[in-house]
Amino acid sequence: MSTKTRADLSEAVYQEVGLSRNESAELVESVLDEIADCLVSGDNVKISSFGSFLVRDKRGRIGRNPKTGEEVPIEPRRVLTFRPSQVLRERINARSK
Amino acid sequence: MIKSELIAKMVENNPHLYQRDVERIVGTIFDEISTALAKGDRVELRGFGAFSVKCRPARTGRNPRTGETVEVEEKFVPYFKTGKDLRQKLNKG
Repeated sequence: MSTKTRADLSEAVYQEVGLSRNESAELVESVLDEIADCLVSGDNVKISSFGSFLVRDKRGRIGRNPKTGEEVPIEPRRVLTFRPSQVLRERINARSK
Repeated sequence: MIKSELIAKMVENNPHLYQRDVERIVGTIFDEISTALAKGDRVELRGFGAFSVKCRPARTGRNPRTGETVEVEEKFVPYFKTGKDLRQKLNKG
């Protein structure tokens, strides 16, 4: 198992479209930025055949430090969840068989 | 926002590119992530988040309607962990 990074995505874009390596990297970055900005504004992002990024509001609650047993308030916060599409789920399971 | 709106935004920000090329660029990015996950690889995008594959071991399930037991096979599910920067940005203001 290996780990892919931005560099691998940029390389794939570079191979696919006739742009410079530099511009390919910038475009990958700006796609990620657009998605992040949209999520920060509170809007969900849905990419067909890949999945949805959903912004969810969590209410505040009283947590507990499991080590000391001490009570700590957890503030209300926004979290991001990713729901993979059926297509992606199937692609991932196809490999194991 | 859906994929076509993301593409439209990218076209707007990059007037020197053809829409057709922007579509290929956006498509390539998600396809590359999907392909990596399908191979069992992890995709780590610092600041944004990391995609990985988790194994759900085989288990004995139950049909909730009939109560009958069913063997559920081992399966792999994609998982996304939000990056630190993005998590902080989501909670600013």
